[in-house]
Amino acid sequence: MTHIIFISMAVLGGTALVSAVILFLTAKKFNIPEDSRLEEIEALLPQANCGGCGRAGCHDFAQSCLQASAQEFAALNCPVGGLPVMKKIAAFLGYTAVKKEATRAVLRCNGSCQNAPAKITYDGVSSCRIAHLISSGQSGCPNGCLHLGDCIKVCPFGALKLDEKTFLPVVDANKCTSCGACVGICPRGLFEIRAAGPYVACRNTQKGAIARKNCKAACIACGKCTKISSDILLENNLSYIPSSAATRSLGEELRKSCPTGAICLTTEKKDE
Amino acid sequence: MNKVKTFSMGGIHPNKYKMTSASPIMDAGLPEIVTIPVKQHIGAPAKILVKKGDKVKIGTLLADADGIISADVHSSVSGEVLKIESAEGGNGYLEDMITIRVEGNEYEETIDRTGQISRDIPLTAAEIIGKIREAGIVGMGGAGFPTPVKAAVPEGKKVDCLIINGIECEPFLTADERLMIEKAEQIVLGAKILNKALGIQNAIIAVDENKPKAIEILNKITKTYIGVNVQPCATKYPQGGEKQLIAAITGHEVPSGKLPVDVGCVVQNVGTVFAIYEAVIKNKPLYERVITVSGDACAHPGNFLVRIGTPISYLIEKTGGLNKNVAQVILGGPMMGSAVTNIHAPVTKLTSGILLLSEKLSHKEQETDCIRCGKCALVCPVGLEPFLIRRLMSEYQTDKLRAAHVQDCIECGCCAYTCPARIPLLDYCKLAKLELKKKK
Repeated sequence: MTHIIFISMAVLGGTALVSAVILFLTAKKFNIPEDSRLEEIEALLPQANCGGCGRAGCHDFAQSCLQASAQEFAALNCPVGGLPVMKKIAAFLGYTAVKKEATRAVLRCNGSCQNAPAKITYDGVSSCRIAHLISSGQSGCPNGCLHLGDCIKVCPFGALKLDEKTFLPVVDANKCTSCGACVGICPRGLFEIRAAGPYVACRNTQKGAIARKNCKAACIACGKCTKISSDILLENNLSYIPSSAATRSLGEELRKSCPTGAICLTTEKKDE
Repeated sequence: MNKVKTFSMGGIHPNKYKMTSASPIMDAGLPEIVTIPVKQHIGAPAKILVKKGDKVKIGTLLADADGIISADVHSSVSGEVLKIESAEGGNGYLEDMITIRVEGNEYEETIDRTGQISRDIPLTAAEIIGKIREAGIVGMGGAGFPTPVKAAVPEGKKVDCLIINGIECEPFLTADERLMIEKAEQIVLGAKILNKALGIQNAIIAVDENKPKAIEILNKITKTYIGVNVQPCATKYPQGGEKQLIAAITGHEVPSGKLPVDVGCVVQNVGTVFAIYEAVIKNKPLYERVITVSGDACAHPGNFLVRIGTPISYLIEKTGGLNKNVAQVILGGPMMGSAVTNIHAPVTKLTSGILLLSEKLSHKEQETDCIRCGKCALVCPVGLEPFLIRRLMSEYQTDKLRAAHVQDCIECGCCAYTCPARIPLLDYCKLAKLELKKKK
């Protein structure tokens, strides 16, 4: 009986030894030396792997930093770590970090339960993406928020929560890192990454009268805001405020000018 | 009678609720206003030819097919074009529609309105396909694929079997059944016309076993038409699915990503075949269709011949109105149809039924956790695993969807129907299909 055990041990052990040698030799032969700095840069990054920088993850971003020239490096930014992290990487690589404009996600819809009351009852799956497939939603606005919170579920930083009164998702600007997860998940494309300033909280392209039937806070394309600033675009029955220093300075005036209350101001971040 | 046939994989047996199968087809009459969408088919929307203020007659071409995968749209009433703008469809989303105010009841002169049945087909295959194209005929079973594309044999392919789909496996709906009973000869002639277009000699009319009257009448008529046969099929859902029907009749499985024509089959719905007969022999464009208005909350259910563009609310009024029992209005059948959010939306070429359901039937049970019983995989007629697809969707693992063969889902809803945990699996499958399409 015992000799079977020994034979098995010898065969398995032998196979293991041979395999180990082959693996060792292959690893040696095909070894691609990696820049040791890559690992160090990666260690400086927040490891959220959110993709907010536009790269596949933190490792990819570290590689981009390493390959960038001083000029290219100035354009790179980790939205999660912000300036402190970029300063550390800059110091490590011998470049200088530039302060970037702080951004956050904003919800371009003001169709709260009060502004856009429900006309039908939806009792399907609690997912915006599925509700969007089935119908235009409870309020009837084909572009409005569906109040089911796919964005809240997908946010890796817990920066979104559903307001108990309005049932609209609210962005906590301080927690938001502009990673863009909510932008990608919203079936109606209601999120936009923006710098501070005024924005039109509506994406409804129906004619004013039809849009107003479904939602009191809809943009009716009256054009009042375009008279204040010529930068503002009015297309498809909808106005859009580009983010710029000029429009930012007019923020309060624009907000007051809107007869339906579709223009809102972003909340400030702590470090702004 | 032939042996009853069916498909082997999956399927369910829902309650039938076919309470209107004995009601003859009635003319729904003329509403005051019709709104005709320019896209009632798969493919590109038709190009609008009329303008505001134009006078149109029944059968006047309103919009021209834009490309090969598109279909003409004709006026279903005579009157004046009131407006051309986007309006809310049944699901609340905007579609381009032509609104016409009804004045009188004038037909285009070319339409033959005599009841006479003409039995000889003097046209060539190309002429038949041309007429089908001019009449704006699309697959009336629900998919809305332009029929002229399906009626022409693609180059390099060989068709040896024409199947006329008279299954109507959805509960409640009886429009096709009534059509087979009342217009049996026209349907058989339609099959002969399609035979000529496809260059083959035989056609099989597949009828559900639970329609004995239709089978009897069709059997009697097909005796005088060589090549057309009636094939009874077992009562099982989704027997009326194109690929399921081919599997039942011929035993061939249509491979994933392939079309029925790849296994030598062409399947046409009986409604489509009737429309083909009327288009080719009577020069009649597709401007009306048979619709079942039914449901447990419907006071006077029935089958109606309805002009395309008639508001759903008009038909609801006609059958007893929205009483307090009505909890949900469904466009199509209860398995594959969708709930309507706007009852003023029009009837289209694809509307097979309007259902008024009570709270009892429309009520959704609270969804609970998946217990991994595997029933959804057992009943899936294409052999998918809906519980896995749902997990992939809720975990955002969209890269694994192709391996799960989501694109083969026929959206029959067997999985959601059978799920003991009441998980709306069909919704997840539909979403998964969309996500996969986006990735392409």
